[in-house]
Amino acid sequence: MKLSQGSFSYLPELSNDEIKLQIQYALDQDWTIGIEFSDNPYPPKSLWEMWGLPMFDMRDSAAIIYEVNRCRQAYPNYYIRITAHGTSLGRQFTAFSFIVNRPKSESEFIAQADDFGHGSSKF
Amino acid sequence: MPDIKNKGEAGVIPYAKRGYWEPNYEPKDTDILVAFRIVPQKGVDVIEAAAAVAGESSTATWTALWTARLVDLEHYQAKCYRIDLVPGTDQYIAYIAYDIDLFEQGSIANLTSSIISDVFGLKVIQSLRLEDMRIPSLYVKTFHGPPHGIITEREHLNTYGRPLLGATIKPKLALSANNYGRIIYEALRGGLDFTKDDRSINTQVSMGWRDSFILAMEAIEKAQATTGEIKGHYMNVTAADIETMYEKANFAKEIGAPIIMIDLAVGYVAIQSMSNWARKNRVLLHLDQSSHSTYSRQKTHGISFRVIAKWARLIGVDHIHAGTIVGKLDGDPNIIRGFYDILRQDFVPTNPAHGIYFDQSWACLSNVMPVASGGIHAGQMHQLLHYLGQDVVLQFSGAIMGHPMGISAGATASRVASEAMIKARNEGRDFLKEGDDILANVAKQSPELQMALDIWGGISFNYESTDTPDITPSSI
Repeated sequence: MKLSQGSFSYLPELSNDEIKLQIQYALDQDWTIGIEFSDNPYPPKSLWEMWGLPMFDMRDSAAIIYEVNRCRQAYPNYYIRITAHGTSLGRQFTAFSFIVNRPKSESEFIAQADDFGHGSSKF
Repeated sequence: MPDIKNKGEAGVIPYAKRGYWEPNYEPKDTDILVAFRIVPQKGVDVIEAAAAVAGESSTATWTALWTARLVDLEHYQAKCYRIDLVPGTDQYIAYIAYDIDLFEQGSIANLTSSIISDVFGLKVIQSLRLEDMRIPSLYVKTFHGPPHGIITEREHLNTYGRPLLGATIKPKLALSANNYGRIIYEALRGGLDFTKDDRSINTQVSMGWRDSFILAMEAIEKAQATTGEIKGHYMNVTAADIETMYEKANFAKEIGAPIIMIDLAVGYVAIQSMSNWARKNRVLLHLDQSSHSTYSRQKTHGISFRVIAKWARLIGVDHIHAGTIVGKLDGDPNIIRGFYDILRQDFVPTNPAHGIYFDQSWACLSNVMPVASGGIHAGQMHQLLHYLGQDVVLQFSGAIMGHPMGISAGATASRVASEAMIKARNEGRDFLKEGDDILANVAKQSPELQMALDIWGGISFNYESTDTPDITPSSI
């Protein structure tokens, strides 16, 4: 059982170098990167905890990777995702989002999580 | 200038002389502008043919009327203000301006009753096609538009930065509800976001609509529990009458469905009513409109799909099938690009190369998620992303139900291909050129994709399109 949210859950886990390229793409689009973590990401829960504010003025992908690693150290057994915020007029939206950290044993993790799978309550 | 004096005369007076041909007219920002493709009847002057279309679609009838002198006719007359010859053909593009006062607020039924009324049957024309329509912002703002729009739909699904993936359940008809639910579950757990009732799925001998909705919902919830993603199935609420459509939609909402669908066959009024329902109930609304080819496909007759796309955005649907380019259904890349722009952008500039005749501002009206469906497969992912972009639902049906390793594997193949292509694009690679390599490379770690490429990799539908952009017309 694998949580398959986000843009790249069906690909092999991205290396830090690959994550950096994705971050660079977002920065090139003038998007802002945020880091979020959660121990209960199942539908209907779409709000995760923020690892600080979205990094509005941070345009350096290496510095963002540094923050990702800090979040991983603090929450090694949580899901962590990178989210890009687009803010151009008419497109104030989440531009992309993908998982960069998973609990060591997802199945075990999911078995312990309460209240999942009932997406209907979201609607 | 119109011959005002003639308006007082009795008898048959040419439309062009009654004020329906006004070459010096400057269209107002509030006018509804229409481009018609006209082939005049042999021996009929194109100016008279175009003026007849302007006249009959607004205030005129075949003969002069004394009753017309009771009104401020010049204000209400539609005015043909420009006619271009399409080089190398017997076709002309006639531009006609309609005053906004002619139309009821927020009503496509009213708009179409005027503009596509009996003019298509006039003897003075051989054929007529409604090519494009400029809807002024003042009129746009009398419509509510899509109940949700692309940004909100993505938030409902919690899915960003990649195309959405779907499939229509096949065979179209005759499955029992249990088997139907099984297929939906397999497709969703394999990686699709949506599955879809085919347009003709209502109540069949093998399966009543309540049973199919309930089994679909069970499949959705089970797939959500397996993947942790939000899933949906377009439940077809198309029915004989609007009361039954409401009954079906309310039932879908009650059991927790995130999205319902209707077919264009229900008509513009019913679509608009269901749009209101969808907004009120926070359920996404999908529109299947495959029948549009009956009048949209031939270049010299009917209504271009770009006009249907504009009406759909005004009426307010969240999804509409808008072409695949590379699939089995007719579609020129440039013309389809124009449809997608109309559905997704806030401002679409005039662009003859894409078949766009007018600047169109949507005045911040929500946008529509285009759906690409019909003969597409994972091996075309680079072309699909290149031509259709990221805000689209890619619907693979045969290529999922027909996968030798099973439905779930078929879904996974499509998902892996789409994610690999997005990743490559974001990494700055020339994904259109390198598409085959990107897919072959990721397929090394995905037996599902490898199998899909082995079977369908070489399949393409290369036929000349019936509807292509004109070479630049010249004014007469």
